[in-house]
Amino acid sequence: MNAMSNLIEKMTRVLTELRQPGKGSSMLVGVLLATTLAMSAANLLLPADSAFYVSTYTITLMGKYLCFAMLAMAVDIIWGYCGILSLGHGAFFALGGYGMGMYLMRQIGDRGVYGNPDLPDFMVFLNWQELPWYWFGMDQFWFAVLMALAIPGLLAFVFGWLAFRSRVTGVYLSIMTQALTYALMLAFFRNEMGFGGNNGLTDFKDILGFDLQADATRVALLLVTTLLLVIAFITSRAIVQSRLGRVIVAVRDAEARARFLGYRTERYKVWLFVYSALIAAVAGMLYVPQVGIINPGEFSPLNSIEVVVWVAVGGRGTLYGAIVGALLVNYAKTRFTAIMPDGWLFALGALFVIVTVYLPQGLAGLLQRFGRSESVQAARREEDAGSDSGISTREVNA
Amino acid sequence: MSNLNQFAGQARELLRRDTTWPFLVPRQRSPDVSKQVILYLEGLNVSFDGFKALNDLNLYVNDGELRCLIGANGAGKTTLMDVITGKTRCDSGSAWFGQNIDLLAHDEAEIAQLGIGRKFQKPTVFEAHTVFHNLELSLQGSKGVWSALTASLTSIESDRIDEVLKIIGLQNARFQLAGALSHGQKQWLEIGMLLAAQPRLLLIDEPVAGMTAEEAERTAELLTSLAGKHTVIVVEHDMEFVRSIARTVTVLHQGSVLAEGTMDQVQNNPDVIEVYLGEEA
Amino acid sequence: MKQFLRSVSLVLTCLLVVLSTGSALAQSQAVPPAVEEVLQKLPEASLRETGELVQQLEQVGGAEMRPLFETMLAGDLYFHKTSGELMAVQKNIAGELIGRDVFTGAELGVQGRRDIKKIRVNNRLRGQLRDAIGRIDLLHGSEAEKRTAVLAILDDLSANNLSLLQSAADVGVSKSVGDLIELANAMVRLRDGSTTDDRLAAIALMDDRLEAPVRNQLRRLVDDENEQDAAVKAAAQEALENITERIEFYGQMEQLFFGLSLGSVLLLAAIGLAITFGVMGVINMAHGEMIMLGAYTTYVIQQLMPASIEYSLLVAVPAAFLVSGSVGVLIERGVIRHLQGRPLETLLATFGISLILQQAVRSIFSPLNMQVVTPEWMSGSLAINPVFSVTYNRLYILLFALAVFVTLLTILKKSSLGLNVRAVSQNRDMAKAMGVRTEMVDAMTFGLGSGIAGVAGVALSQLTNVGPNLGQSYIIDSFMVVVFGGVGNLLGTLVGGFSLGVANKFLEPATGAVLANIIVLVCLILFIQKRPKGLFPQRGRAAE
Repeated sequence: MNAMSNLIEKMTRVLTELRQPGKGSSMLVGVLLATTLAMSAANLLLPADSAFYVSTYTITLMGKYLCFAMLAMAVDIIWGYCGILSLGHGAFFALGGYGMGMYLMRQIGDRGVYGNPDLPDFMVFLNWQELPWYWFGMDQFWFAVLMALAIPGLLAFVFGWLAFRSRVTGVYLSIMTQALTYALMLAFFRNEMGFGGNNGLTDFKDILGFDLQADATRVALLLVTTLLLVIAFITSRAIVQSRLGRVIVAVRDAEARARFLGYRTERYKVWLFVYSALIAAVAGMLYVPQVGIINPGEFSPLNSIEVVVWVAVGGRGTLYGAIVGALLVNYAKTRFTAIMPDGWLFALGALFVIVTVYLPQGLAGLLQRFGRSESVQAARREEDAGSDSGISTREVNA
Repeated sequence: MSNLNQFAGQARELLRRDTTWPFLVPRQRSPDVSKQVILYLEGLNVSFDGFKALNDLNLYVNDGELRCLIGANGAGKTTLMDVITGKTRCDSGSAWFGQNIDLLAHDEAEIAQLGIGRKFQKPTVFEAHTVFHNLELSLQGSKGVWSALTASLTSIESDRIDEVLKIIGLQNARFQLAGALSHGQKQWLEIGMLLAAQPRLLLIDEPVAGMTAEEAERTAELLTSLAGKHTVIVVEHDMEFVRSIARTVTVLHQGSVLAEGTMDQVQNNPDVIEVYLGEEA
Repeated sequence: MKQFLRSVSLVLTCLLVVLSTGSALAQSQAVPPAVEEVLQKLPEASLRETGELVQQLEQVGGAEMRPLFETMLAGDLYFHKTSGELMAVQKNIAGELIGRDVFTGAELGVQGRRDIKKIRVNNRLRGQLRDAIGRIDLLHGSEAEKRTAVLAILDDLSANNLSLLQSAADVGVSKSVGDLIELANAMVRLRDGSTTDDRLAAIALMDDRLEAPVRNQLRRLVDDENEQDAAVKAAAQEALENITERIEFYGQMEQLFFGLSLGSVLLLAAIGLAITFGVMGVINMAHGEMIMLGAYTTYVIQQLMPASIEYSLLVAVPAAFLVSGSVGVLIERGVIRHLQGRPLETLLATFGISLILQQAVRSIFSPLNMQVVTPEWMSGSLAINPVFSVTYNRLYILLFALAVFVTLLTILKKSSLGLNVRAVSQNRDMAKAMGVRTEMVDAMTFGLGSGIAGVAGVALSQLTNVGPNLGQSYIIDSFMVVVFGGVGNLLGTLVGGFSLGVANKFLEPATGAVLANIIVLVCLILFIQKRPKGLFPQRGRAAE
């Protein structure tokens, strides 16, 4: 009987913990799921001339945005919560994308221009006789996915281990991450690397046997992306709300203090960095089949730093802020480049300046400023009730 | 030939019977204080760019003692703490925690887990966390990444936090963000964080800087009550404060120990009068 | 100085040419009647007859005929079908055929495609023309032309040419040309000499010469199966090895020079950053765009003063300093000041500014690269010996980088601004308490750093394409140089820049340019992790 009540108590506790930091973030998950489902239904079920019909282009665009949102979340986890500003997360995104791209490339089979059953077109073009060793096994979906996760993860681990162990922090670290992605970009531009050089990997035909151009596949990809984004969001929220998350914030604010309390801060940073790189890699993997191309341009430092501005706009240190920021800025980019292509870089540049100078906490910070008086009262009530559950609504935003 | 000798020497070093290979030494051990001494510092030398911060310093601290370190700026007090806690590597000398733990072989995190807590000169707490969570993060226990992910608060732990909250008198600020505390409260919270970790040795750097007289008095009471159960080393400039808590005082001057004894003894020591208390005496 | 004089004389010649085009009368008088007579036969002549005519022309016209022969050799010599007038015709950018007077270069206006006909040349004729030009150069040309002519003869030691050399030597030549003639004689003696001693003496003369024909002759001799004289063969072998060794040495020297040149570029790009980042601690991601602004300033200055391109760079240096410097001050006042103590935010904001500047340049000028002219005195190269020459633009930029570095060092060490800058960088609050106007100092320092970047842009415009992305490609490298050298240490930046440049260029032959770049980057990343504070860290308690 006692065990039973204990269990129930624990269950309720877990539930409260999950629900606690915010109607906002749970609502976001709900809205995301609802929107994508509605869009998918509208695309598949309604006739093309219906007023509510959603074009496949829009579906793909939405899928692309959600991939970016996932990437933004990855950057936010380490920047917002741990204070590590990575200007090279595009590298992990692109590596994940290349992994998926290699799988898709192998799936083309003999339908390429040169009709070679084993070699992708660009290799035939370069007069290569056989597949390089690192392309073996990439025709298996599971293996390609494994590699697309393992390689960025390993890179993040080695880089993080080297950097954090020797206590490289702040701006130095940022510049090093930028140099990392820059070096990778130069490397992938080389034809000899065997990744298609300048043009990258493209002309994909199908994924897991489904035609990539078909509406249903597009919709399925969008739904998978949404699902994985939600899973990543919930996992990340669980992490930042656990004691681990509190240690990470502690490392951000007073690393020396944490170290003198006995925490090996570098290990926390390394594992968080790896986790974040994996999320970025997953985003990249989902991105490639939807946009249909991956090339070395994805490694460019500009791309990585643009992600940072999405996070900054949405509000760093809040997971939902990163997602909202990515969606908003990318939507603005799509609209802007359609209306006045030249204006976009002006707008983006101005966004960088305005957000950092006037809105350091982003839109989420703005929301919180409006909602502050309310939350202070809520906290007071909690204090009066003498709750000692140790959960507070305000300190760890999710 | 000399190579061979060197090699033989290395082999002998490896096969010594009175030492254990580093990887076989258990990570967490409690210091052996059977001789009543918890900290042995011998012949420590530290220099920065030719400036000798510590100069052949020898210091022994008994278990359960409350020791005050005084000395002018640049006498080497903070550097000494840095060496004990593993932040600064010393050029030569030895530092042992009890008879069995070589402090110089460990880094900051390990030393903290061995039971040496340190309070910084400038109060440093996790400002984005509540007082409660500050203490929770400081609790003794595994500090690994995985255990942090799966950790949940046990009732023993939450009792311990309550206990500490009572000691530092912040029961009412339990859910306040640490960043919103006053300067004095932050000092106490930091001491509380050390206590939560249940250390054997507490190193406290200038605990009453920026406190009102009343707050300082309470701090003095707190520190005195800690002695016995913990060993406490306090660095302080405020002579009134030192007089109110000190049993044994060690005077540092230019990186080495100038005098040691009770406050009265130290104050009457001609060397001390000459170099440090000169104007006052 | 010599360069300068040369450039001045060139400008004067240009002016004279412009003036002389004034009267058509003047140009017809430039050609003596005897020559005019031969020239009139040229349009109707067959190929064989043309050869004879060329011979006659050389005899009657002498050195004056050089431009005619050159035009003919290039296949640009035409005659007007109706008037029979000879002219040099070339297409301009618009594709129109522009005729010029062969001898004076004066413009004769646009020519119709049907109105003119080419004077045909074949290979035999081309050889003859080349010989004729060589002879003219050797006897009447300037010092450099004489050298070139003798060097050409080294390839073809026919009796005819040798007698020509003799006549040239009789006219009187400088020592270096004399040496070359002696070398030619030695080569002949080695080839035709009868006694072993004579031939060995010839080899001894050739022993330390780097000219390609010498090498070829020695190699032929060593490989020659019919050569009986073992002593000569051994000596030739030794001489050949000697020469190869020296060539390798100069190859290394060349590599080193390229490395230093790249290093000077890196130094120029990084040195402004060493001030803003190293001394002020401000991360300026728009630093590359300051360089770009400098390069565009050069372009604008050249557009404003097209007549005096030679001096455009001298004007551009201060102008670029002012433009980039004032933009820098604006950025500091407008943005960076509000972000003090928040380095990561500064990084992001300045990155935003860099985007705006890039797009602004794209909108104002164009997304395409701009053509910046290299002045005469900076083009060409300084041949130190036949296998090792350095281009003037790289040499001048190397010197310029060092000059900028020294100037900057002097400003920081000796001037009151430098004193204030150092005071603020070490302890801002204290400096403020001592009455230093820290805000003013910040703005001036940032302006100085940006201005130097602008000056670097002027130099870079001479080496690379001037486009909106010019700065972007240097920003990561510059940061690496500063971090590698040790932040806050100008000397470290100097050493860092040059060592990175040299390392890059020495890796290049083995790995290719891109891979060398990558390897250097990766090594740097590892290096920073090993020594986070760079080569020359600021040490002591203050740095902790």
